[in-house]
Amino acid sequence: MSWLLALPVVLPFLTAVLTFLTRQSPLGRWISVAGSSVLLVASIVLMATVLREGVIAGQMGNWPAPFGITLVADLLSAVMVLITAIVAVAVSIYAIADVDEGMEQLGYHALINMLIAGVVGAFITGDLFNLYVWFEVMLIASFGLLVLGGRPEQIDGGVKYVALNLVSTIMFLTGIGLLYGMTGTLNMADLASAVDNADQRLLTIVAVLFMISFGVKAAVFPLFFWLPASYHTPAFSVSAVFAGLLTKVGVYALLRMFTLVFDHDIAFTHTILLWVAGFTMVVGVLGAAAQSDMRKILSFHIVSQIGYMILGLALLTPLAIVGAVFYLVHHIVVKANLFLIAGVAQRIAGGTELSRIGGLYKSAPLLAVLFVVPAFSLSGFPPLSGFWAKFLLVKAALEVQGWIIAGIALAVGLLTIYSMTKIWAQAFWEAHPDGIDPKLTSLSNRDRAAMLFPIAGLAVLTVIIGTMPEPFVQFAEASAAQLLDPTAYITAVLGEQP
Amino acid sequence: MEFLFAITIGVLVASAVYLMLSNHLLRFIFGLVLISNAANLTIFVAGRLTDGAPPLIPEGADAPALAANALPQALVLTAIVIGFGLFAFAIVLVFRAWTTLNSLTPDDMRLAEPEEAHK
Repeated sequence: MSWLLALPVVLPFLTAVLTFLTRQSPLGRWISVAGSSVLLVASIVLMATVLREGVIAGQMGNWPAPFGITLVADLLSAVMVLITAIVAVAVSIYAIADVDEGMEQLGYHALINMLIAGVVGAFITGDLFNLYVWFEVMLIASFGLLVLGGRPEQIDGGVKYVALNLVSTIMFLTGIGLLYGMTGTLNMADLASAVDNADQRLLTIVAVLFMISFGVKAAVFPLFFWLPASYHTPAFSVSAVFAGLLTKVGVYALLRMFTLVFDHDIAFTHTILLWVAGFTMVVGVLGAAAQSDMRKILSFHIVSQIGYMILGLALLTPLAIVGAVFYLVHHIVVKANLFLIAGVAQRIAGGTELSRIGGLYKSAPLLAVLFVVPAFSLSGFPPLSGFWAKFLLVKAALEVQGWIIAGIALAVGLLTIYSMTKIWAQAFWEAHPDGIDPKLTSLSNRDRAAMLFPIAGLAVLTVIIGTMPEPFVQFAEASAAQLLDPTAYITAVLGEQP
Repeated sequence: MEFLFAITIGVLVASAVYLMLSNHLLRFIFGLVLISNAANLTIFVAGRLTDGAPPLIPEGADAPALAANALPQALVLTAIVIGFGLFAFAIVLVFRAWTTLNSLTPDDMRLAEPEEAHK
């Protein structure tokens, strides 16, 4: 079973090496598309296996757990790997039109595949120190991608991104050291029971270290400032991958650690998370309302949406975790797509600053339709995927009499619509200030196909999740059950426990 | 021994925080280097300190009463290597920031988020 678990990590690495070797030729972009397609197939096989056999684990180098490095896939890991592969395919196709030869020669394709390898590794590892290593793989690749091209804004945004993420990494490392000192193990399944014998007060302190570290990665209030400072500066395909995947790795790590390991003092840790969730939602959406650039608005939306996922974790009821898992998957698809659409708007209308563009509805109705799907989904319009995600979370909040937090979640949904209509009104409805018609036909045939095909694909996925939510909700329920009762996870890693 | 390490780590973290709050990017990077070494020392101490004990025991030999824990040393080694790569990148980035933005004061670096966006 080990090879099946290692494959989704090895494939992007292999693609990265191949694309690095061919970075001087146009072949690289096709290798990237092919590599991510094979990754998609591998992750579908992994998903099918997990659905059939339950949680699967593999010990790397044949060291038995908890001594060696364990790779483990439960339903949550498998679906995160699958969705990562989907985004990787979409973006590698989009990059054919979006990424110029200069960036290709600097190694864009190698870096993006390295990033995907890091993301997949983080989702699939069962070892805390290994998680740190994947975080670093992801970080160093994202550093490179963020400043690739070297425009002054990129350097400016990059400095803030690098500085805050390095601080978070060091906190994570300190947390790992302290946790190891207290329990003598770094295997996540082993930690689940080992923490019972540790000093519970010290454990809470370590839990908060982890919370801060993952909180920076996930961009929660008050640790999110690096995100709106940097996400609007790199190439659009880079922002789309960042927006879709990077913060979600932080959310995944929180979800994993605070259900499996740090569930000893829920009254303390999860109350903090609840406050964090509320503030993240509100501050993010207010930030979005104040912005006037399409990518900046969308960046602040990421922050506010992360709040919803944290809300699910904070409530920690079965329904709330279902909502969080559903939200996580839906959000990756929708958010990546919105950034891809912003890229098309920039190409045909000449910018993303809302006051300088317009007329997209009249001249490019197809793009308008493709924008409406993810935009309305993000705001939570039925019958799109975002509606079900918000519905589950608000229902979960109401079930535990969390009237205020449920009210906040609903109000933030309204404000999200407000900032989406701002984009809609200024970029799509109003005439272009320079009087030009931003037509899709102004793109070459190849670029048009490469840009619209992934956008349409992701939009169709949003509609499918929205109109047929039943199997997806059932999947999220099964996945939440695994998270809340980690017996299957622990047994898969360590074998039968006495 | 642990006491000495704890004091060292504390001093490192305190100086690092002082440097990182000093509103100058280069000092911030120096602070990061210090605090990352503090984190490495933390891992090292967390593996328990043993004086002059072997980490590896020959196959078939009897286990000695005291053996050093090799795992934290491996972890620290990994963390040092990764940290080295990250700092190399960070320092080059700061240099690029100095040449393109002509400033290393974070307060002046408003290119990606201009003032008028926050009116």
